[in-house]
Amino acid sequence: MDKILIPRGLQRTSFTKFLIWIFPWIALLSLGIYAIYLCLAEGLFHTNMDNRFAFGIWIFLDLTVIALGAGAFFTGFLLYILRRKELKAVINSAVVIGLICYSGAILVLAVDVGQPIRAWFTFWHPNVHSMLTEVTFCLTCYLIVLFIEYIPIILKNRQLRSIPKFLVFEFELHKLMPVFAGIGTFLSFFHQGSLGGLFGVLRGRPFAFREELGIWPSTFFLFVISAAAAGPSFIMLTTWLVEKITRKQLVKPEVYKFLGKVSGTMLIAYVLLKSIDTLFWINSTSPGNGFPAFEFYATQSFGTWILFTEIVILGLIPALILLSSRLRENRKILLGAGFLVCTGIMLNRFVMTIQTLALPTLPFDDFLTYAPSWEEVATFLFVVAYGMLLYSFTYRYSVIFPQERELAQLNGELSQQEFADSGNAKKSWQPKFISDLLNKFVSTKS
Amino acid sequence: MMETMTDKKFKYGMVIDLDKCNGCGACAVACAVENNVPPAVEKMNKRNGITWMNISTVSNKEQFPKSESVFVPMFCQQCEKETPCMTVCPQNAVDVDPTTGIVGQIPQRCLGCRYCMTACPYHARYFNWWDPEWTEGMKQQLNPDVAPRMRGVVEKCNFCHGRLHAAKQKAASQGNREIDPAEYIPACVESCPNKAITFGDLIDETTAVAQLAKSENTFRFLSRLGTEPKVHYHSEKKWVREMTEKTLTRTHAANGLAQEEIHG
Repeated sequence: MDKILIPRGLQRTSFTKFLIWIFPWIALLSLGIYAIYLCLAEGLFHTNMDNRFAFGIWIFLDLTVIALGAGAFFTGFLLYILRRKELKAVINSAVVIGLICYSGAILVLAVDVGQPIRAWFTFWHPNVHSMLTEVTFCLTCYLIVLFIEYIPIILKNRQLRSIPKFLVFEFELHKLMPVFAGIGTFLSFFHQGSLGGLFGVLRGRPFAFREELGIWPSTFFLFVISAAAAGPSFIMLTTWLVEKITRKQLVKPEVYKFLGKVSGTMLIAYVLLKSIDTLFWINSTSPGNGFPAFEFYATQSFGTWILFTEIVILGLIPALILLSSRLRENRKILLGAGFLVCTGIMLNRFVMTIQTLALPTLPFDDFLTYAPSWEEVATFLFVVAYGMLLYSFTYRYSVIFPQERELAQLNGELSQQEFADSGNAKKSWQPKFISDLLNKFVSTKS
Repeated sequence: MMETMTDKKFKYGMVIDLDKCNGCGACAVACAVENNVPPAVEKMNKRNGITWMNISTVSNKEQFPKSESVFVPMFCQQCEKETPCMTVCPQNAVDVDPTTGIVGQIPQRCLGCRYCMTACPYHARYFNWWDPEWTEGMKQQLNPDVAPRMRGVVEKCNFCHGRLHAAKQKAASQGNREIDPAEYIPACVESCPNKAITFGDLIDETTAVAQLAKSENTFRFLSRLGTEPKVHYHSEKKWVREMTEKTLTRTHAANGLAQEEIHG
């Protein structure tokens, strides 16, 4: 039915199966829309947040998805700035995931704030001392960059490719990609860091407060490095998931190993710095504010086990696995380590938001608990469903993995003729084809 | 609008004598009426309701006859240094008036992100989770000098800023350059039957509040955070004064302090 939209020479499931696949996500999306409507139209009393637990599951998961979506900027940085060509195989996927994560997070933030229509006030009356101002500015700018980076992926659609102007536009856009990658890296450095700084500057929350390094608290740098560690692992996991769902090999094994190595390298640096930061906080910052650090772990369920899990089980162990070339050879171990990395980053964001707010500050305060309402969960599931749908449609009607055709031919899924017809011979014919079109375009205009 | 013209700087502050406070809640009621705090709706509870002045009961957990307890009114402590809520607000909806030291909230500019609430160590900020609603009869009693807040914004104690404005206007209309201290008294101070709250300028050493603030039996909550709150507490009882130095486990386990009830 939609065959004319599917890229040439690529195998896609039947339209009926595709409809069956997207139906549950659309159902989830609808539930999320209803929950969002309730929160926006009637008020945030539909959530289980309160005056003490002013941030909840939304902020925690926003921080998590933004860290996981960091693969977009970090892969772009490695590919376009450091010229690591191996990553060309996953850059499109990284961009789509980044776009989903960032746009989804901003959408949830728009529901989370009490007066979303006033969001522009931050640009009009910015408080330059606030980390949230930095986050707002950088997130907005980076989302625009991600949209621009997403355009060439849409233009890979078969029908859009038949329009010469789009081909020229895509070609020209590709030439600018290193510039956008550079801008994206710059913006991401600041907003990932500022998200960490959000909590590090909280003098009134001694559990989260950290000393400043320069003008930023140490959590600024920890968030940047941890996001750079989690991003490649998340790309690795999502690529594997897409391969499993589509039952196709989409990238070469070397790509997985390289992503694992990058993730491991960043993670070991993070674990080292996080350990130093924690020791400094335990011995200096926290007692300096009159709060012996271990008292924070003596309350309720948040014991020192959470610190050990975060740094050792979900930090040091996966870092060592990913740094071993022998262990990286084993796909299951590689993916398992990637999963631990992502879980570790999630735990870190949980600790920074939920644990910080649960702990008392006043001497007669109680330890607080919080469980999200169904509206809060459904709003976040909306983002998951939106992500699945955007990725599914992009995958079906465009080319997310450039190695897909070549691997299909190698695996015998594509005949020699289909392979030749598909235009996978882009290495040989595409530049000439593009230059012919360019000539034609120029001559027509003149 | 006529305003006073003065270069004189004030630092308004309070001292609450915990030994005099009997927890009657008159201050909380007066505060709510003065500042148009909306009444609670059915689903509200002590964690999501709005009360600019929250009164906690704290006991020493000793057995009779040594058992004692105090009522601690907790509200915006008007932090002077690195005011936590002001520095974090992304759109300057929190300001500190340099001429009075009062930490103000601009609800018309508030985005409702609640970052300030996360930053406040005293949990003295309140979010409007519901649309504010008053019954017809209550609408007649709304204070015309204070704008009610809408759903989705944060509010808090501002030392009855409406009263300060009224006092300034009165002084200006009478040709005075400065307001008469007796003309500006927050509602909680005025309503306390035991006169447990002393209010005034902390810079002027002749004021009762400045002298009480310097008393050896006066303390501030979480002063170790270095935010220099302008609200002080006073008690002759040692265990009350030492309460603020206790933290978390030491508070709950070793010293046996416990919050028994919150109302306000």
